[in-house]
Amino acid sequence: MTTPSSPPTQTEDTTPLRPVRLPWRWLVGSVGLLVTTVLIAMAVGPAGLPASAIAIEIVNYVPGIDVDGGLSELESAVLWELRAPRIVLAMLVGAMLAVAGAGYQGVFRNPLADPYLLGVAAGAGLGATLAIVNDVDQNLVPVIAFVGGTAGVAATYALGRGVGGRDTNTLILAGVAVAAFLTAVQTYVNQRNTDSLREVYGWILGRFLTAGWHDVLIVLPYIVVALAVILAHRRLLDVLSVGQNEAGSLGVPAARVRLVVVLAATLGTAAAVAVSGLIGFVGIVVPHIVRMLAGASYRVVLPLAAIVGAAFLVGADLIARTIVAPGELPVGVVTAFIGAPFFTLVLRTSGSRW
Amino acid sequence: MKRSLTLAGLVLAPFLLLACGDEDPESTSAGAPSDSASFPVTVGSGKNAVELESQPEQIVSLSPTATEMLFAIGAGDQVVAADQYSNYPAEAPTTDLDGFEPNVEAILGYEPDLVIASSDPGDLVASLDRVEVPTLLLPAAVTLDGTYEQIEQLGVATGHVGEAGEVVGQMRSDIESMTADLPDGAPVSYFHELDANLYTVTSSTFIGQLYEMAGMTSIADDAPDAAGDYPQVSPEYVLSSDPDLIFFADGGANGGVTTEDIAGRPGWDHLTAVQDGHVVEVDPDIASRWGPRVVDYLQVLFDARSELQPVG
Repeated sequence: MTTPSSPPTQTEDTTPLRPVRLPWRWLVGSVGLLVTTVLIAMAVGPAGLPASAIAIEIVNYVPGIDVDGGLSELESAVLWELRAPRIVLAMLVGAMLAVAGAGYQGVFRNPLADPYLLGVAAGAGLGATLAIVNDVDQNLVPVIAFVGGTAGVAATYALGRGVGGRDTNTLILAGVAVAAFLTAVQTYVNQRNTDSLREVYGWILGRFLTAGWHDVLIVLPYIVVALAVILAHRRLLDVLSVGQNEAGSLGVPAARVRLVVVLAATLGTAAAVAVSGLIGFVGIVVPHIVRMLAGASYRVVLPLAAIVGAAFLVGADLIARTIVAPGELPVGVVTAFIGAPFFTLVLRTSGSRW
Repeated sequence: MKRSLTLAGLVLAPFLLLACGDEDPESTSAGAPSDSASFPVTVGSGKNAVELESQPEQIVSLSPTATEMLFAIGAGDQVVAADQYSNYPAEAPTTDLDGFEPNVEAILGYEPDLVIASSDPGDLVASLDRVEVPTLLLPAAVTLDGTYEQIEQLGVATGHVGEAGEVVGQMRSDIESMTADLPDGAPVSYFHELDANLYTVTSSTFIGQLYEMAGMTSIADDAPDAAGDYPQVSPEYVLSSDPDLIFFADGGANGGVTTEDIAGRPGWDHLTAVQDGHVVEVDPDIASRWGPRVVDYLQVLFDARSELQPVG
C-alpha cells in the first residue's frame, strides 16, 4: 500500500476542462477506511462473539482452508445471517445516499440539495405509514414505501412542469410543496392511528434492524444500476457545473443529463429508503466533506462519496447497535449526531469551497 | 341505585337491559353497599384529587383500562361514552373519542358529570375544569397494587365501593392460587415482542412484573438505563441470549406477525424457543392495559411456564 500519488498534471486529455483523476492517496485512504470499518463492524456487537473465532470463521471461507475452533451454530448464524447482511446493506445505502446527494447537488447547483429534495422521503414516508397503519404484511412495507417515494417525485415533476419553466428552481419549489402536502397527509394518518405511532416513528428515524440477505437482494439491483448511471455521468456533471449555457455551447445536452441523473438518484434513493427508512444527513454531509478534502470535481467527488458514504453508514450503524446495547438507537440519530459536528469542523478548517 | 338507573335508563335503554340482567342480582346477593356510598366524596390525592358532589351518572371514559375496570365493578351502566380504543367488554359504549388527542367539545357533547382519563394531553383537565366537569386521572399503573388502588378509587367515585372491593379480592386470590402452583427452580428467560422492530419490555415495567411473578426474567434486563423500560433490542441480541420463551403481542389477523414469520427471520430458526415450539402469541390489548384482565394475562404466562417445565 505504498503507491505514490500520481501527479495531477497529465496532458493527454483535450476536453475543455482540466483533466481530473481520482488521486491514489484518496482512493487508498478511503478504501482503507471502509475495510477497517467493516472489519470492526463484523467483530463488534451485542452478542459478544470472540474476535479470534470470527477470524477463524472468515478464514474458513477461503477455499482449501479448514481450521477448527470457529463459532457455534447459533453464533455463526448471528455473524452470517445478521451482522454480515446488515453491514452490506449499510454499505449499499450509505453509498447510494452519498452519491445521490452529490448528484443532486451537481444537477441543481445547490449545496443544500439532498437525496430527499424532490419529495422521495415524504412520499416513501406516507407509503410506509399507510402500510404500517393498515397492518399490511411486514414484507410489503418496503415495496409500498418504494412506490410512494417514486410517486412523490413523479408528482413533483408533474407540478414543476405544470407551472411551466424548465428552471431547476421551479422543480425544487415544487418538491417543497409536494413534501409539505404529503407530510401533512402522513401526520393526519398518524393522528388517526396513534397506536401504531411507535412503529412509524421507528421507520422514519431509519433502521437496519430487520436486515437479512432478503433485504440486500431486494435493493441490490436498483442501487447498483443507479450508482453506475450516476458515476458514468461524472464528467458531464463537471461540465454542467460551469453553467448551463456554457455546457450547451460545449455540446452537452444539459436537460437530458439532468433528467438521467435525477432519475437514477431518485430510484436508488427510493430503494434505499424502502429498506432502511429515512436516514438523514448522509446525502449532504458526505459529499461536502469529500469535496472539501479532495476537490470539487465530480470525477473525484462521486467515487469517493460512494466509498466514504458506505464507511460512514457502517460506522454509524455500528454505534447505533452498540452504544445502548442490547438496546438499539435509530441509525438516523447517530448520522446526524456525529455528522453535524464533524461537518462543522471540516467546514471551519477547510473554508467553504462550494 | 334505583334512582340512578331510572335516570340513566332514559339515555341508555339498550345497555340498561343488559346491565340489569347481569349486575343487579350479583350486587344484591353480595349485599354490596353501593347505596351506602356517600357523596360528596374526594377521590385521589394530591393534585390529581377530584371532588364529586353526587354519584356520577354520565361518565365519559377516555382510558380503555378504566372502561374495563368500570364494567368489572358494575358501574358500566353509568358510562355514556368510551374512547375509540375501549373495545372491552363488548357492551362498552365505544365512540370515536380519542384519549390521545382529546377534543373537549366532543367530550362535552356527552354532557359528562365525570371524565376519566389515563393522561392529560393538551391541558384536558384544565379545560374541563373551566366548565366544571371533574376529571379523574388514572395513569398507567406501575405495580399490581396500583391496579388495585385504581379499581378501589373507581369504586368510591362511582358508588360501587363494595363491588370494587370484591373484584380486587377475587384478583388477589386468583393470582395467589396461580403463584402457589409455580414450578420451583431458577427463573427462565423470555423475550416479549411489542412490535416487529423488536421493542420489548424490561422486568421493571408493569407487565415485566407479571412475568416476574410467573418466574421469568426479561432478556432486556441487561439494557442500560438509557435505553428505557421499553428498549428496542437488536436481533443479534435476541439470538445470542436465546430466550426460553418468546411472547409476541404484534400478531393479529390482518398482516400481523405470525409464529411462522418469527421462525422465518434470519437466524431465528436456530433459537431454542422456536425449535421447541415455545413461541406464544398474546393479546396486545390485555398486555398493554393494567385492568382486571391482568389475571387472564398471568394465566397465559403461568400456562406457558408450566409447559416449559412441568410441575413437580
